[in-house]
Amino acid sequence: MSILAVSNLTKKFGGLTAVNGVDITVQKESITAVIGPNGAGKTTFFNLVTGVYQPDNGNVQLGSTSLVGLKPHEISRHGIARTFQNIRLFSNITVLENVMVGLHNHLKGGIFGTLLQTPSVRREEKRAKEEAYEWLEYVGLGSLLNEEAKNLPYGAQRRLEIARALATKPKLLLLDEPAAGMNPRETRELTEFIHRMREELNLTIVLIEHDMKLVMEISEQIFVLDHGVKIAEGKPEEIRNNVNVIEAYLGKSAVTGA
Amino acid sequence: MISEILQTLPQVLVDGLTLGAIYAVIALGYTMVYGILELINFAHGEIFMTGAFVGVAVLFFMSGAGWLAVMPAILALLIVLVVTSLVTGVLGMGIERVAYRPLRKAPKLITLISAIGVSFLLQDIVRFITEWKRGNYIVTGPQLFDSKIGLDFSSIWSHFNDAILKTSSVILLVSAILMMIGLDFFVNKSKWGMAMRSVAQDRDTAALMGINVNKVISLTFFIGSALGGATGVLFAMQYGTINPYIGFILGLKAFTAAVLGGIGNIRGAMFGGLLLGVLEMFASANLQKLTGGVFTAEYKDVFAFGILIIVLIFKPEGLFGKAVTEKV
Repeated sequence: MSILAVSNLTKKFGGLTAVNGVDITVQKESITAVIGPNGAGKTTFFNLVTGVYQPDNGNVQLGSTSLVGLKPHEISRHGIARTFQNIRLFSNITVLENVMVGLHNHLKGGIFGTLLQTPSVRREEKRAKEEAYEWLEYVGLGSLLNEEAKNLPYGAQRRLEIARALATKPKLLLLDEPAAGMNPRETRELTEFIHRMREELNLTIVLIEHDMKLVMEISEQIFVLDHGVKIAEGKPEEIRNNVNVIEAYLGKSAVTGA
Repeated sequence: MISEILQTLPQVLVDGLTLGAIYAVIALGYTMVYGILELINFAHGEIFMTGAFVGVAVLFFMSGAGWLAVMPAILALLIVLVVTSLVTGVLGMGIERVAYRPLRKAPKLITLISAIGVSFLLQDIVRFITEWKRGNYIVTGPQLFDSKIGLDFSSIWSHFNDAILKTSSVILLVSAILMMIGLDFFVNKSKWGMAMRSVAQDRDTAALMGINVNKVISLTFFIGSALGGATGVLFAMQYGTINPYIGFILGLKAFTAAVLGGIGNIRGAMFGGLLLGVLEMFASANLQKLTGGVFTAEYKDVFAFGILIIVLIFKPEGLFGKAVTEKV
């Protein structure tokens, strides 16, 4: 069963068509990778799905709802969360508070309840703290809860971004280059962790990644973009041998042997 | 000379803290909006002024209806504060919606000009309505508290003179402190405060985490303007006579206080406000003595702002602000 159906998705920036008529279908509770050379339109694709950009054409369908025209916070409410290629934490607040921001939509307290500090709002804020802490434990950052986010080491910042995304309770999690800057051991841990999240949280995961070892190991389905166009899709072994893909990465001469 | 300064010190502190509390609460409005939009909301001083007029109008209405005579003054004050805060809060929210939000993607300078425009507009609207209703735009409202308390500082240390404290000053100080504690708590502990801080740091990411950025910005304007309006009421009670132009210079000074404390920093704004108030009162009481009569009390602003310049030269990010280091 598909959870995300993208059809004919197109986005232009001036004369450049960053994403051009892309069709992508993601199966529920699958792990899907979007790969492609630099500038292929992968991150633009994520930005279109999460509402950062509005598409010029095409449709993005999450389950039975169309996401086109919705604002980022509304799309988050529908169950899509993401991390960023260049880490974007709230760097001057604590690790725990970063995760609590992710919980925002799941707290019922309205503005006036908050201003008046009704007992139910207080109870809820206490529960939110506990829940945020549980997410930190889940990604292995429980001991760092009171650090300011900017003081965390790089790998921990990546995990904190995931914890913050998980706190929004997504159905679909988009990871933008989660292994960037990680050493092989960290990448292995990440692979296990992505599998674990899928199993334990019934998540569907879509990732953009350049680390081909990780991509081939983890993905059930791979989509390849080049210059904004989808040039291939299929299982890892199919992609590995796909002529178009090899050409996109290595140039025409690698294929023709000239 | 030292002993003369010491003698007046208690009164300087009392008056300075009272004035400083006003600066501090208004500075909060500047600093909150700056923190979240990087916009200097020059209309905020006018929100304060509008608050003073709305408060006085409510008081006139209540005294006209005969309510003031029958209810305790503190209850009357509470009603006036609540009504005024709601009115100015909604006014501030509306200004953001109409004059700033359409310009969100425009250069900051454009929004700043829009803010200055709103500021003149408010001055003249208030002036027009007041002249129309009362025949004069300078108004003296009914006084709720006119008693005074003598503070026996001389028994603490014989070099001190006694100080006189108006009841309205006590109420002003207490209300201002409650507002500041309340806001600090709200911003640091509550879900909405957390949302405000996240929007201030990275608006786009906050939106992607499910935060309705426009709602948070509206809320920021509501709270800042409600506090500013309430301070206007307290100001009118403390100093009696108000006119539509009080917001300009007071707003400028409150803005200065916000910069002094480190703009965008809420605790900094509170501290900066109190400090500026005390400095100003100190200069007003002692400048003549300190300069051997060359400068009189009228030069108090020169003294206070001179200190501001010195502080900013050595600590440009303000007393509580964090130095911004650009990552290369």
